[in-house]
Amino acid sequence: MRTDLIDAVEATCLKKQVPYFEIGDTVDVVFKIKEGDKERTQVFTGTVIARKGRGINEMVTVRRVVGSEGVERIFPIHSPNVLDIEPVRSSRVRRAKLYFLRQRSGKSAKLRKRHSEHTAGS
Amino acid sequence: MAMLLGKKVGMTRLYDQEGRSVPVTVLQVGPCVVTQVKTVATDGYDAVQLGYEDVKPSRQTKPLIGHFAKAGTGPKRFVREMRLAEDLSGQFKVGETLTVGVFEGTQRVDVISTSKGKGFQGVMKRHHFGGFPASHGTERKHRAQGSIASHATNRGFSGRPKKGKRMAGHMGNIRVTTKNHKVMLIDQERGLLVVSGTVPGSNGTYCVVKTAKTPVKVATK
Repeated sequence: MRTDLIDAVEATCLKKQVPYFEIGDTVDVVFKIKEGDKERTQVFTGTVIARKGRGINEMVTVRRVVGSEGVERIFPIHSPNVLDIEPVRSSRVRRAKLYFLRQRSGKSAKLRKRHSEHTAGS
Repeated sequence: MAMLLGKKVGMTRLYDQEGRSVPVTVLQVGPCVVTQVKTVATDGYDAVQLGYEDVKPSRQTKPLIGHFAKAGTGPKRFVREMRLAEDLSGQFKVGETLTVGVFEGTQRVDVISTSKGKGFQGVMKRHHFGGFPASHGTERKHRAQGSIASHATNRGFSGRPKKGKRMAGHMGNIRVTTKNHKVMLIDQERGLLVVSGTVPGSNGTYCVVKTAKTPVKVATK
């Protein structure tokens, strides 16, 4: 596969600046949604449990627990509808995919907080 | 009406103005060399012969090498003709090079290519037959086609299957035309044409790209 040519095509649609965040971070994803003809922005807050794909196909999986129900949303990082991904808290994690969080609830689903350079929030 | 020869590079996605993700196919089209101009006077019809992608002279016959030499180029691997309306044959010169630029301003294109070969396939995959139930007493014919003829097939009293009866057989690896691909992007520098949707064949398959022949039907609400 001539990926260099495909990369050149994808480059026309990529975001110039992708916000920096890491696996395990709690992030605010700001995205546009359409309701009929009206457009408004919505914020989805949760933990980044996976990031996969390359180029324009890069996706981020954000998980949050609402009530006692786990909710996961997958966002295409380069979609123009995803306006911002803002890290608010980072955690110490030892793997790239945090799928084990799906089996956990309550206190065991908590991630240890980490003080890192990139997260300004406390 | 424009036509060029090219190659399928691969697929990806792009976002349109509304932010929708559109699956696209990247094609590398051109540069194509005009290797022959046919006219009514000389050949009985008007056409332009295009050649795409160089091939080693040792891989081609001497008559063909001579044919391409007349156009001032080396031998080409993929050669196809574009039929012209009568008055247009003067527009092209032998030896002229055409690039993706000819599709500038074109909204939609048709792509002709060779589909992926599937080998010998049964009727369920090849013709979307229903097959037979998995249970309720079905034995040894779960994917069979059923009856193919009777004594009175279409009242002809032949006892033979009708001509053209759909049966198992070789599938794929045939010429397929897909119509009305939206032109999403033209990259003149790299010779890339990005069209919406899927194009037949595997990556690296040669294809013919033409300006769309039939207008798009607009769905009525």
